[in-house]
Amino acid sequence: MTTEILTHRLSNGMTLLAEVMPAVKSAAFNLLMPAGAAHDPANRRGLASMLAEWWIRGAGNRDSREIIDELDRLGVSHAASAGTAHLSLSAATLASQLLKSLPIFADIVRRPLLDPEELEPLQALAIQSLRGLEDDPGSKVIVELRGHAFPDPLGLNPAGTVQGVEAITVKDARKFHQSHVGPTNTILAVAGAIDWPALRDRVEELFGDWKPQHQTPLHLGEVRPSQHHLTKETQQIQVAMAIPSITVSHPDYYQARAVAAILGGFSSARFFTEVREKRGLCYSISAGYEGFRERAIILCHAGTSTERAQETLDVMIAELKRLVRDGVAGHELKTMCAGLKSALIMQQESSMSRASMLAGDWYHLGRVRSLDEISAALDALTPATVSQHAASLPIDQLTLTTLGPRPLKFSR
Amino acid sequence: MRFHHATLENGLQVVAELNDQAHSVGLGFFVKAGSRDETPTEAGLSHFLEHMIFKGTESRDALQVNTELDQIGAKHNAQTSEEDTIYHVTVLPEYLPQAFEILADILRPSLRTDDFETEKQVILEEIQMYDDNPMSVAYEKAKALHFGNHPLGGSVLGTLESVGALKPDQMRQYFQNRYGPPNLVLSVAGKSSWDQIMGLAKQHTNHWTGSSARRELPKPHGTLAFESLLRADDQQMVLVAISDGPSLESDDRYAASLLATILGDHTGSRLYWDLIDPGLADGAEVSYQDYNQAGAFYTFVSCMPEEAQENLERLATIYRSLQSKPPTEDDLERARNKVMARHVMRNERPGTRMMSLGLNWIYRQKYVSVDDELRLLERVKLQDLERILEHWPLWPATVVTVGPTTDLRKPK
Repeated sequence: MTTEILTHRLSNGMTLLAEVMPAVKSAAFNLLMPAGAAHDPANRRGLASMLAEWWIRGAGNRDSREIIDELDRLGVSHAASAGTAHLSLSAATLASQLLKSLPIFADIVRRPLLDPEELEPLQALAIQSLRGLEDDPGSKVIVELRGHAFPDPLGLNPAGTVQGVEAITVKDARKFHQSHVGPTNTILAVAGAIDWPALRDRVEELFGDWKPQHQTPLHLGEVRPSQHHLTKETQQIQVAMAIPSITVSHPDYYQARAVAAILGGFSSARFFTEVREKRGLCYSISAGYEGFRERAIILCHAGTSTERAQETLDVMIAELKRLVRDGVAGHELKTMCAGLKSALIMQQESSMSRASMLAGDWYHLGRVRSLDEISAALDALTPATVSQHAASLPIDQLTLTTLGPRPLKFSR
Repeated sequence: MRFHHATLENGLQVVAELNDQAHSVGLGFFVKAGSRDETPTEAGLSHFLEHMIFKGTESRDALQVNTELDQIGAKHNAQTSEEDTIYHVTVLPEYLPQAFEILADILRPSLRTDDFETEKQVILEEIQMYDDNPMSVAYEKAKALHFGNHPLGGSVLGTLESVGALKPDQMRQYFQNRYGPPNLVLSVAGKSSWDQIMGLAKQHTNHWTGSSARRELPKPHGTLAFESLLRADDQQMVLVAISDGPSLESDDRYAASLLATILGDHTGSRLYWDLIDPGLADGAEVSYQDYNQAGAFYTFVSCMPEEAQENLERLATIYRSLQSKPPTEDDLERARNKVMARHVMRNERPGTRMMSLGLNWIYRQKYVSVDDELRLLERVKLQDLERILEHWPLWPATVVTVGPTTDLRKPK
């Protein structure tokens, strides 16, 4: 199941990655620029997010309408957004059209107009999206949890704050763009029915003379285990918790992934079985791994009605403790591996999934793992090694965030 | 790509689209049973039954069902709509026999009383989860108001009261009436052979008995009513408008979906330029939903409470002016290119193909390949859009608003 990953380094520091997928008609790309919301000035939270929206509203010699019309004509689905680490631009369409759309995207990231006329609508949109988050308890609790579980600026909501958004000026956006957006450590990952030499030449042509930018390192704050509650008159109490984990580049990374999955990554996983199936305490419950190059967590989430929330939390905590104390069984590990392997193989049916996988690997590891490598790493896991990792889970450092009519009792 | 179909002696219809290039195979049982088939005292029963199917059979309990599916790395799920309950699995080709056996087995469930009571709690949690989401509340309310006494107006989830009052015997009876093989379609897409599929189908479903079920198909007439629902703590306002549209039996459904794209795609549409681009709303989308002998256009808007009345007026103006300012050739071309490219991309996954194949067969008894669909989209002309606008104007519409103010009125 090995496919070749093609790599081309531009002299200005940008990396082009590609995977040719002969069985599909589509092609997709992911452009990751190391200019995410973590670089927002402290009094301009939301700037990177706004910049991503601004880009599409005019670049090169096209105005907003010309850009969107042209991309529509090429059938391109596209999205620009700010994550914590990156500003990212993704697009997908029929492979025959992808190269035609690249010059537009090159204009967008290199020559945006950042028209002052657009500032007011963009602020209005950003504020509405922050207000919308307040109306969505399931998402709100996760955003809040990340803020407490990751050190600043990694835990900050990339969408920013109302105050930050209101303070943004055209000058701020221009300055941010000039100082942070450039080819240094930028990753362009492409997957699908592509012609590699043509792609490589086009990318050189469009990005080869892009001037490298200076990279500012992030200064991370401190995190301490904590418990928080947001009071809101909802039907359900949202329960979210985070346990510190290890990063993707750590030698024990797969052990950490296994632990998260066995806890709550599939339908016979422990949370689902104990909380939902046996006790009927909730509808949605999960656990998963998420992280940046610097820090990672295992994130657990459940939503459950007020009178049953305490029991839900208690059972989740008991399951965490059982995992630390008793480790995992061979059959659980086998199940977890089967799920991950089959997801990996099925990824090859989607150019979008592959493009984001390539980009993600390069960001975390500076290389792309082959499917064989991942498969071999999964095969090398044993109940003993995974149990050992589970035993080291720092559950005393757990961060708990709840949202709903009343707080829950929790003791470490 | 090879298409096959057959009807087993017990009436079960089998359709398959086989593709040797695929990495996986999708398998789904489509049951013609949904909320529209329920009496008022049965509200929520189809969806509840969908949950109960995973609770096990004579030979397996719930944990075994989930564990066995997870062990083969299956991506499995089920969904219930107004008209259908669909049970589906995507697996690597070597696991098709096991996946088939499990799925077929659980479709003859035990429906044990104690499982019923536990799972009822899960459903009640699910209902409360959606009650905390303003968009879901608005959608449910608008659908109920628009369809009035028509069966499509019923809620798929049911209410806390209706589900709370359901009894196991009602479910057993409903299962008897609705899950007979002539009321089901088995759809398979991806890597497999017709011999294998027919072999598995005969082996695992030959003993199924039961007859076809009747469905009432009254013609809906949208009430075009107006209602404002107060959620005092919300920050944003949600507006939902519904008008009648062509049914899934109609050849106009491709034109209808292109019309919805022109009017309310998330980018480059009329609503995008009139509401999102100037920052008057942070969400504005139109979708076309086809039903058995019915259809509807849904408009969803999310905005600041201060803009809600004005946005309703704007919506009315945009829709009313469609007669005098109909879509242009260029509008149609852009929408078509977008829809076609998305269509190709989505259908690269066997799981998606299986869904489309099953739905086309259950109501239309027709095989429509991806290329056929592209041709049908290609064939849509401006006159088709104009005809739809004349028969199915988007305004007047049924309107529901949900949010912190009810001081709103229907635009004239």
